[in-house]
Amino acid sequence: MRRIALYVHWPFCQAKCPYCDFNSHVVRQVDQAAWRDAYASEIKRYSSNIPEVEVGSIFFGGGTPSLMEAETVASVIDGAQRAWRFANDVEITLEANPTSVEAGRFRGYRAAGVNRVSMGIQALDDGDLARLGRLHSVSEARAAFDVAQETFGRVSFDLIYARQDQSPAAWEAELTRALGMAADHLSLYQLTIEDGTAFGDRLARGGLAGLPDEDRAADLWDITQNLTEAAGLPAYEVSNHARPGAESRHNLTYWTGGDYIGIGPGAHGRVTQDGTRHATEALSAPLAWLFAVQRRTGVETTAPLTPRDAAEERLMMGLRVHAGVDLRQIDYRPRNLDVLQEDGLIELDGPVLRLSRKGRPLLNAILRELMV
Amino acid sequence: MTELAHIRNFSIVAHIDHGKSTLADRLIQLTGTVAERDMKEQLLDAMDIERERGITIKANTVRIEYPARDGHTYVLNLIDTPGHVDFAYEVSRSMRAVEGSLLVVDASQGVEAQTLANVYTAIEADHEIVPVLNKVDLPAAEPDRVAEQIEDVIGIEAHDAVHISAKTGLGIPEVLEAIVTRLPPPHSGDRAAPLKAMLVDSKYDAYLGVIVIVRIIDGVLKKGDRIRMMKTGGTYDVDDVGVYRPAMTAAAELGPGEIGYLNASIKQVRDTRVGDTITHEKRPCDAPLPGFKPSIPVVFCGLFPVDANDFNDMRDAMEKLALNDASFTFEMETSAALGFGFRCGFLGLLHLEVIRDRLEREYDIDLITTAPSVIYHIHQRDGTMTELHNPADFPDPGTIDRVEEPRIKATILVPDDYLGDVLKLCQDRRGIQMDLTYAGSRAMAVYDLPLNEVVFDFYDRLKSVTKGYASFDYQMIGYREDTLVKMSILVNDEPVDALSMMVHRDRAEMRGRAMCEKLKELIPRHMFKIPIQAAIGGRVIARETLSAMRKDVTAKCYGGDATRKKKLLEKQKAGKKKMRQFGKVEIPQEAFINALKMDG
Ligand SMILES: Nc1nc2c(ncn2[C@@H]2O[C@H](COP(=O)(O)OP(=O)(O)OP(=O)(O)O)[C@@H](O)[C@H]2O)c(=O)[nH]1
Ligand SMILES: C[S@@+](CC[C@H](N)C(=O)[O-])C[C@H]1O[C@@H](n2cnc3c(N)ncnc32)[C@H](O)[C@@H]1O
Ligand code: SF4
Ligand SMILES: [Mg+2]
Repeated sequence: MRRIALYVHWPFCQAKCPYCDFNSHVVRQVDQAAWRDAYASEIKRYSSNIPEVEVGSIFFGGGTPSLMEAETVASVIDGAQRAWRFANDVEITLEANPTSVEAGRFRGYRAAGVNRVSMGIQALDDGDLARLGRLHSVSEARAAFDVAQETFGRVSFDLIYARQDQSPAAWEAELTRALGMAADHLSLYQLTIEDGTAFGDRLARGGLAGLPDEDRAADLWDITQNLTEAAGLPAYEVSNHARPGAESRHNLTYWTGGDYIGIGPGAHGRVTQDGTRHATEALSAPLAWLFAVQRRTGVETTAPLTPRDAAEERLMMGLRVHAGVDLRQIDYRPRNLDVLQEDGLIELDGPVLRLSRKGRPLLNAILRELMV
Repeated sequence: MTELAHIRNFSIVAHIDHGKSTLADRLIQLTGTVAERDMKEQLLDAMDIERERGITIKANTVRIEYPARDGHTYVLNLIDTPGHVDFAYEVSRSMRAVEGSLLVVDASQGVEAQTLANVYTAIEADHEIVPVLNKVDLPAAEPDRVAEQIEDVIGIEAHDAVHISAKTGLGIPEVLEAIVTRLPPPHSGDRAAPLKAMLVDSKYDAYLGVIVIVRIIDGVLKKGDRIRMMKTGGTYDVDDVGVYRPAMTAAAELGPGEIGYLNASIKQVRDTRVGDTITHEKRPCDAPLPGFKPSIPVVFCGLFPVDANDFNDMRDAMEKLALNDASFTFEMETSAALGFGFRCGFLGLLHLEVIRDRLEREYDIDLITTAPSVIYHIHQRDGTMTELHNPADFPDPGTIDRVEEPRIKATILVPDDYLGDVLKLCQDRRGIQMDLTYAGSRAMAVYDLPLNEVVFDFYDRLKSVTKGYASFDYQMIGYREDTLVKMSILVNDEPVDALSMMVHRDRAEMRGRAMCEKLKELIPRHMFKIPIQAAIGGRVIARETLSAMRKDVTAKCYGGDATRKKKLLEKQKAGKKKMRQFGKVEIPQEAFINALKMDG
């Protein structure tokens, strides 16, 4: 049976972090019962359109899904299980913020069926956590992480590096500590300053001194690759590192062109029907989405992707992972393959195109050569 | 028909922004030439680009009628002229059509470089000059001091200058009286003599075709007349004659002393030559008028369409612009780097900007502009001389005897405080001081400068080192030999013809280094390292290396939101359009012009 992944978006947070441009909002109160019903009715709607599939993974993303009541999580998982069949090895991940309050809900999540958490630890330095606007300290995060490790089979955490004034030596020390925490999966993101965020505004006004320039960022990147490889958690995607076998199967679905259903405000989906890939995008404002679901008016837009669009997407997503893209599977002939190969930026392994180690930190520039 | 004694023809001249067009507004308004509801500021600046930049580019003629205090009604033909130095030619030819000038001086600014230049042109044209001190409404206005300055610096009588505010209307009746009492009527004019008329200007009107502005000296011009242009030899049947009020208004005839227009189904502005003499084919006048020196382009640059597919549209657009602007020239050019385009000639940098702006906006063509250059005279060993318009065409140095470059006489007026900076700037640009005088707290520096050192950014630099207080005027004074060489720029070991330039040998290293450094900033990093070199012949005189790109990757992946990736692709596509490919290297379009900007 065809496999599908299910993404569930929870759009609320305790506070808005100054770097964040995810669809996340701070509100005084959330009527969890109403959201539960809304998710349930979306699952029903989708299952009647796409009945005969097997759910390989579920991912609760945000926002801060660890603000969901365990009951809400359980209701989504139960609803999905009633609507579709679950694979035997179904992976159910929940993004969690590492505060003590949230750690208190971990048992409930496990009981609901969650078997993997991804924790937003972000930094192992209290000063930097404060600068990133985080509500937790390093010790609180470590405590929450310990609870998670006791509770779930698989635990991953996120760090943001290439921060203001971060020296290579400091990052090396911090990453070494992180690797010592014995997770089998790590997401290591270089800080990106996005337009429309508090950091974006500050940068535009000439603030945010001490951000790394390209050369510094590249040095930090190199350190990251070397240390994680030596520790047995090499990168399998641009920013994701895992012990072999511990990769996030849900995220790999996005990167390898698999089908996924997106539920919740601003969620995206890609579903293949009768050979055509369709892109769905839900209303992004949380209340607009909730009301639309309740009134059964249009929740999302759906558009068929042209074979060309689908192929471009496949390349852009697929080259993020080290496994690369099998060119036979796409209806598109990338350009400049010979020059890029000559310059040692890509590797062609039969029909499979992948980036070389040298090419990996240059993905955007390479895509430009391949596709523009 | 109006008696000569009751006609006054005059031009309004001034330094840029001293208020010529605003004064014209008040004269038009006070004489009731235009209905109050149709009035707007700088009414005569009709072109979009004039209104947008708040400057006059094209001279305009208007006929107004003024019942004077002596009981007679006078016909006044005024010509509002542009103030910017690039359009000095418009001023001088306008002056040839009239007998007097209103010299407007901003009473808060005083005499500036174009004030001087205009007075000299007016004196050459034998004009009576009435000084008008404008903007007396401003708190900073010092009309008495400025009157003194006019007498000191220019040497013309100014104690009876008219004090006005063109903005508030103060003093305008006095200006009208002064025009009638202090400016002379047309010097001669015989209605019975054969037609003798001066072709003052011509412009292209989309509906009517070519419209010719004429000043009648002798005889009468009527609809239906068959006329001959004495220089070009063309003959035409006159469809219509009339005057500008300021709308085109048909008239039964134009008689001696009058200024107006004629329309004779002439196809192109190029078929008319300003300064030509118009007469009747049947009964011609015996001697033509002396004519004017034609305006000649002095600054050249290459204009290339960003999108090669726009080439034909661009040619059409340039032909249309040239219809109305005889001083803009163009010929096809091919560049290895930029493909097909045009080598264009302009009166100066503002003129270049105006044309480029119009091509981009009115005709929607994205352009790449190459370094402005001047015309060099290349004297070959075999005794021949060729004009070099484009550094890329520089011949084999072995065949060259000597190279000459155009020089200008530059007049700069500047407050004492900034004089040191101005002298240094002129020195740096290979200037030779010809004169330095003081008038009050202002200095007037006159320099002999190579035009080549001035065309690009001299005026900007001058403004910036003097905080905008200096004014500048120049005239061409001829060609002189110097040690001039062609400097080529190589990017990734390939010469980029569109970046080559002529430089003085002694300044070559400095310019070469500056160019390489600038290009290193302007060219984005590539996935390989790129040498950037400046060379004279085969000898490298400066070198920089642009290091290879090390990191360009989006760190985060937004769940399943692949549309973000597509936005990146769209951005990359748009970015690519702003680039030019040279072998493996992409150079941003603006780099061709920005590489020349020097900070010193
Ligand atoms: N305060 C004040 N401002 C004035 C007066 N006359 C003109 N101006 C302003 O000065 C500026 C320039 O006026 P213009 O009439 O366009 O000057 P111009 O001499 O025709 O300028 P060019 O044609 O570009 O050489 C405008 O902003 C006018 O509003 C005046 O009497 N008083
Ligand atoms: C959906 S977000 C946040 C999940 C959770 N709410 C949290 O903050 O821990 C997933 C991850 O993206 C990373 N991230 C968010 N904004 C970022 C930015 N501007 N630059 C780099 N990484 C960013 C953070 O590491 C974050 O944990
Ligand atoms: S980083 Fe996480 S906690 Fe912070 S605002 Fe974004 S989604 Fe919310
Ligand atoms: Mg004007």
